[in-house]
Amino acid sequence: MSSTGMVDERIKKTSRLRTAFIRPELGAIVGVVAVFLFFAIFAGDSGMFNPQGVLNWSTVSAQFVIIAVGACMLMIAGEFDLSVGSMIGFAGMSIAIMSVTMAWPVWLAILLTFAICMSIGALTGTIVVRTGLPSFIVSLAFLFILRGFTIFFPQVIERRTIIGGISERAEGDWLAPLFGGKVGEGFFRWLAEMDIIATYSRGARAGEPMVSGIPMLIVWALVLVIVAHIVLTRTRFGNWIFASGGDAQAARYVGVPVNRVKIQMFMFTAFCATVFATCQVIEFGSAGADRGLLKEFEAIIAVVIGGALLTGGFGSVIGAALGAIIFGVVQQGLFFAGVESSLFRVFLGVILLFAVILNTYIRRIITGER
Amino acid sequence: MKAPLKTMAVSAVAAVALIGGAPAAAEDLRYVLVSHADDADAWWNTIQNGLALGGEQMGVSVEYRNPPTGDLADMARIIEQVTASAPHGLITTLADPDVLSGPISAAVDAGIDVIIINSGTPEQARAVGALMYVGQPEYDAGFAAGQRAADDGITSFLCVNHYIAQPASSERCQGFADGLGVELGNQMIDSGVDPSEVQNRVMAYLNANPETEAVLALGPTSADPTIRALDQMGLAGDIYFGTFDLGGDIVPAIRDGIIQWGIDQQPFLQAYLPVIVLANYHRFGVLPGNNINSGPGFVTADDLDLVAELAGEYR
Repeated sequence: MSSTGMVDERIKKTSRLRTAFIRPELGAIVGVVAVFLFFAIFAGDSGMFNPQGVLNWSTVSAQFVIIAVGACMLMIAGEFDLSVGSMIGFAGMSIAIMSVTMAWPVWLAILLTFAICMSIGALTGTIVVRTGLPSFIVSLAFLFILRGFTIFFPQVIERRTIIGGISERAEGDWLAPLFGGKVGEGFFRWLAEMDIIATYSRGARAGEPMVSGIPMLIVWALVLVIVAHIVLTRTRFGNWIFASGGDAQAARYVGVPVNRVKIQMFMFTAFCATVFATCQVIEFGSAGADRGLLKEFEAIIAVVIGGALLTGGFGSVIGAALGAIIFGVVQQGLFFAGVESSLFRVFLGVILLFAVILNTYIRRIITGER
Repeated sequence: MKAPLKTMAVSAVAAVALIGGAPAAAEDLRYVLVSHADDADAWWNTIQNGLALGGEQMGVSVEYRNPPTGDLADMARIIEQVTASAPHGLITTLADPDVLSGPISAAVDAGIDVIIINSGTPEQARAVGALMYVGQPEYDAGFAAGQRAADDGITSFLCVNHYIAQPASSERCQGFADGLGVELGNQMIDSGVDPSEVQNRVMAYLNANPETEAVLALGPTSADPTIRALDQMGLAGDIYFGTFDLGGDIVPAIRDGIIQWGIDQQPFLQAYLPVIVLANYHRFGVLPGNNINSGPGFVTADDLDLVAELAGEYR
């Protein structure tokens, strides 16, 4: 498909149509449109598109977005992190033990947990770049190590694997609302007064809107996507990330600090996992040893649906976010459409396969390989 | 969602309801059961079958939902999703009140009738605003077992508690003592979970208290080593032996006459009864006044064959 061989490929003109087609997020954009069309037809009247329904799948999608952004940046830098799910459980348990069992202030528990988890991310990254082992194996080790500690500590300290009572501890805390709070509550109350959205019909909250605000989880997801997208596409550091994942040796030759970039991306992945865990713990008020199971694969699937290459050096945060939205909408939408829960994995597998095949074709167009 | 229309046509109960002309009967009632079990948890298959049968018999549509990995935070999202889809009734467990009571009471406030099953306590169910609790309260199960033992002439016992940190375990022993009408006193031992430790402690207790008439185990973890202990002491089949649950070596031991009965919490009823209760509540406005105890169901050598035949399906 490519080239006359005469012109240097870097200054070669490509047509606008072609430019539009070789975007990594193309497959994901098509997917999002298809998914919404599908559910508009099959679940349009099921409550999926009323305010509570929208909030429900948006929240679930936002969860996926948060971990997918981290996984995407790391994957573009050429590495994997399979310990994301365990990190979520570990971070949540860490906050619970520090704030409830040890009775430290919640803000301190949150900040310390971020420090600990990002250090673990740095450790994973350091081991990967120092030993040259595949990150697949190193992070797999951390998947087990972190999950083991997440079960061990609460069992030894509290003799149970679910620690609750964080909501009471978080009351009046200055940092907790940044993760568990809601924004725009006044606006939604106004909407309810205008009869635009439904209100509770009974109980202590009768008359209050069913959707009382946008959870901070969604705000975090948006902020992370925007910041990561700008860093990746508009800064020198973003170029370094692409270079480190594309061809690490070539990047080193031109002076890119590949090892540092990779370690920082492991730390960023850990940061995203901790954001996820903190939002969850503050919202639900308890941490369990089984939280976050299999989330690492969900993050990777979202990223791959979003068009990133498993081999690194190619991908987009917007694509990963769209992949996460597809994932979240499909997961909740199948419930709305009344499909057996057990079939969810079948759909997931089909979508994944479809996305990967589509993305492979796109890559072939870009690289010109046959 | 088309299946219920068909089943409605063949269901005698639904037909009666339709002829009766109750206003709610004409519309398609929809109930959703949300469990906390992951996809691989076979125990919940019985729940799914109970739910399907209840829906079929009452002519209502039923759906089963669960978090694929058993993550309770995901379960909370599913309950929120169910609330948004506005079914007539929600049947769910209260595995972790911290996580689930918010979404469940939001469902109640949104006008959905909720029944709590399996996990949680009647008190917690009332606190979230549920109509009722269907399950096996630990104390009540122990009490019923104690009454049964009392009828069989038992006056003293040993409770082998392998999980003493869990208050529910101690409640089983306390209930058993109260059902017998005796003081619990030091008849409950902290056996630990290590099989040889459990075995040694049971043997030590029975040697020190040779007049003990009965043994109560709280599940396979304590029942299996207790069977071996009784075997070694030559007491197997001689001493009165009851246990919670039916896993491990319990079923063969019941067959061999070593264990008199195993307590089944009858998960089938935990899914089946809420559908019946909700459908009648929505059609005729009638509601039982109390919580329903799905167990203890006593499995003895006599009904073992039926249990074995239906195990995993309805038992």
